[in-house]
Amino acid sequence: MAKSIDVSDLNIYYGSFLAVEGVSMFIEPKSVTAFIGPSGCGKSTVLRTLNRMHEVIPGARVQGKVLLDGEDIYGSAVDPVNVRRTIGMVFQRPNPFPTMSIYDNVVAGLRLAGRQPRAKLDAIVEKALRGANLWNEVKDRLKKPGASLSGGQQQRLCIARAIAVEPQVLLMDEPCSALDPISTLAIEDLIQDLKGKYTIVIVTHNMQQAARVSDRTGFFNLSAVGKPGRLVEMDDTQRIFSNPTDKRTEDYITGRFG
Amino acid sequence: MTENPPSPGATIGAAGSAHVGASTLSGGPSLISGASVRRGDRVFRGLSVAASASVLAIMAAIAAFLVSEAIPALAKNDANFLTETKWFPDPSTPGGPVIFGIASLAIDTLVSSLVAMAVAVPVAIGIALFTAYYAPRRLARPLAYLVDLLAAVPSIVYGLWGFFFFKNHLGGLVLWLDRWFGWTGLFHYRPSALPGNQSLFTAGLVLAIMILPIISAISREVFVQVPRQNIEAALALGATRWEMVRISVLPFGRAGVTSASILGLGRALGETLAVALILTQVYDINLHITENGGITFASNIALKIGEAENTGTGALIASGLVLFVITLAVNSVAQLLIRRSNVEA
Ligand SMILES: Nc1ncnc2c1ncn2[C@@H]1O[C@H](COP(=O)(O)OP(=O)(O)OP(=O)(O)O)[C@@H](O)[C@H]1O
Ligand SMILES: [Mg+2]
Repeated sequence: MAKSIDVSDLNIYYGSFLAVEGVSMFIEPKSVTAFIGPSGCGKSTVLRTLNRMHEVIPGARVQGKVLLDGEDIYGSAVDPVNVRRTIGMVFQRPNPFPTMSIYDNVVAGLRLAGRQPRAKLDAIVEKALRGANLWNEVKDRLKKPGASLSGGQQQRLCIARAIAVEPQVLLMDEPCSALDPISTLAIEDLIQDLKGKYTIVIVTHNMQQAARVSDRTGFFNLSAVGKPGRLVEMDDTQRIFSNPTDKRTEDYITGRFG
Repeated sequence: MTENPPSPGATIGAAGSAHVGASTLSGGPSLISGASVRRGDRVFRGLSVAASASVLAIMAAIAAFLVSEAIPALAKNDANFLTETKWFPDPSTPGGPVIFGIASLAIDTLVSSLVAMAVAVPVAIGIALFTAYYAPRRLARPLAYLVDLLAAVPSIVYGLWGFFFFKNHLGGLVLWLDRWFGWTGLFHYRPSALPGNQSLFTAGLVLAIMILPIISAISREVFVQVPRQNIEAALALGATRWEMVRISVLPFGRAGVTSASILGLGRALGETLAVALILTQVYDINLHITENGGITFASNIALKIGEAENTGTGALIASGLVLFVITLAVNSVAQLLIRRSNVEA
C-alpha cells in the first residue's frame, strides 16, 4: 500500500540557517523519484524532512506541510516514531547495527513493533533478504555479524532491514555512492523490483542512474554558497534529460554547470 | 566496523604494557637515511627501556619487601590464615597463641563492595544516559560537569558525611528491607530491635555514592561517542529514544561501562577511612548485611596499624597482599570481559 507524498512550501532550517526554501512537489505512489543537483543544494536535507529525520539534529526545524496520502506528518498529534515506521530510509554509508547478526539486523525494526513468533520472523527475514537480492549470499551465515559483510552487501542488508517492516515509502540517500558497479547494478535492479510495492525517493549524483531508475526527477540548485537551496524543477525523467524547461537544469545535466 | 571507544580499561593494564615501547621500535634501517634519525630512535629506545625496567624493578622490590615481611608472621600463625575470622596477631601474654585470618575481612570487603556496585552501576548508567541522550542541552552540560566534580571529592569527605549524616537517615529504608526481604537471607527482621545503621549495608551505600561519579563520568564519555550513523540507523527504523539507546548506544558502550564499573569496584575494595568510620568492627561472618558490624581489609589495616607489634605488622601486610591479589583478579576478569565483548562487536 504505497502512499503519495505532497510537499508544499517547505522551508528547512539548521538553527537560524535557512538551508532549503520554498519546496513544493507531488510524488505519486509506486513511482521512483530522483533528486539531483550540485553538492550542498539540500537534497539530503529535503529527503530527511520526508520521514522527520531532519529534526533529530539539534536545532533543526521545518516549516510547511508534508502530506502522506493527505495526512500531515508534521501535524501536532503525529508521533515522529510512527512516521519513521511508515517511511523507511537507507543512508549513504551502510549502517548495519554492528553488534547484531545479519538475522537480527533484518528483524530489528519488527522487534521494535513488538514480539513476534520465530517462524514468522524466519519467513520475513528470507523474504526481505530475497527482496534485497542478498539471500543467496548470506543464507548460510545468518548468525554472523552484519559488519562481517562487504560494503555492498551491508548496503543491501540495510535495504532488507528497511523493507522488512513493509514501509509505504522508501527514501534512499545516495545508496550506491560507496559501491562498485556490480553492487550498484544489483541495487538499481532492486529499485525496479521494489517500485511495484513502494513509493521510492532516491538522491543520486549519478545522472545515468537517475535516468535509468526514476520516473520523475527533481533538480535542486542554490544560487550561491550560503543561500538556501531550491527545487528548480521537477518533471518526468525523460523530459528532464531530453528537454528541460529551465536553462539551469539543462546546464547541469549537460555538464555546463557553474 | 565501529572503532572501539578509547577504552578506560586500557589504563587498568597500563603498568603491564610499559615494555611495549621497547620492542616496537626495533625496526630496520629507515629510508629517510640520516644518522640523526637513527640516533633519535636509539635514544628513545634507551629511555623507554630504562623507564620500563625501573618500573618493574620498583614493583619487584615492593613485592619482595611485602612478602618478606608477611612470611614470618604467617609462619607464626596458629590459626588458618584463610579461614580464621578473628584478628589477634600479637599474643597478650608472651608465648600465647597467635590467631589471625582473613575470612571475615574478605567476605565483608566483598559484600560491602557488591552492595556498592549493585546500587552504583545502574544509577551511574542512568545518569550517564540521561546527561548524554535525554536531558535538554541547557541542563545536560552543568549536570555532566557536576558529576565530574563529584568524582574529584576526596573519599574522606564522603566518609564524614556518611558517618555524621547519611547513616542516621537510613532507618526507614533498612526497616523496610528487613521486613520485606528477610527471605533473601540478607536481611533480618527483629521487631523489637532498632535497625542497624553501622552495617555493611550502610558502608556499601556510602561506597556507592563515592564510586558513582567516576562510573557515571566515564560511561557518559563512552556514550557520547556512539557514531551518529548508528543512532540514526535506529531512529530511522522508528525506534523511540529508549529503543535507540537499547539497540545502538548500550551495545556500543558495553566495554567502556564494564571498565568504568571495574574502576569503581577497585576503589570500593580499597576504600579505607570512610568504611573504617562507619563500621563497628566485628570480626565475624554475618550475612545479614543490615546488622551492625563488619570489618574490611583496608579498614582493618587502618585501625590496627597503630597498635600492631612485630607479628601484627606482618599479619596486616599479609592481608594487604591478599587484597592486592583480589584486586588483580577482578581487573583480569574485567579485561577478559572487555576483550570478549570487543571481539563480538
Ligand atoms: N547537520 C547540519 N548542520 C548544519 N548545516 C547543515 C547540516 N547538514 C547540512 N547542512 C547544510 O545544509 C545545506 C544542504 O546540505 P545537504 O546535506 O542537504 O546537501 P546535499 O544536496 O545533500 O549535498 P551532497 O550532494 O553533498 O550530499 C548545506 O549548506 C549544508 O552545509
Ligand atoms: Mg547529501
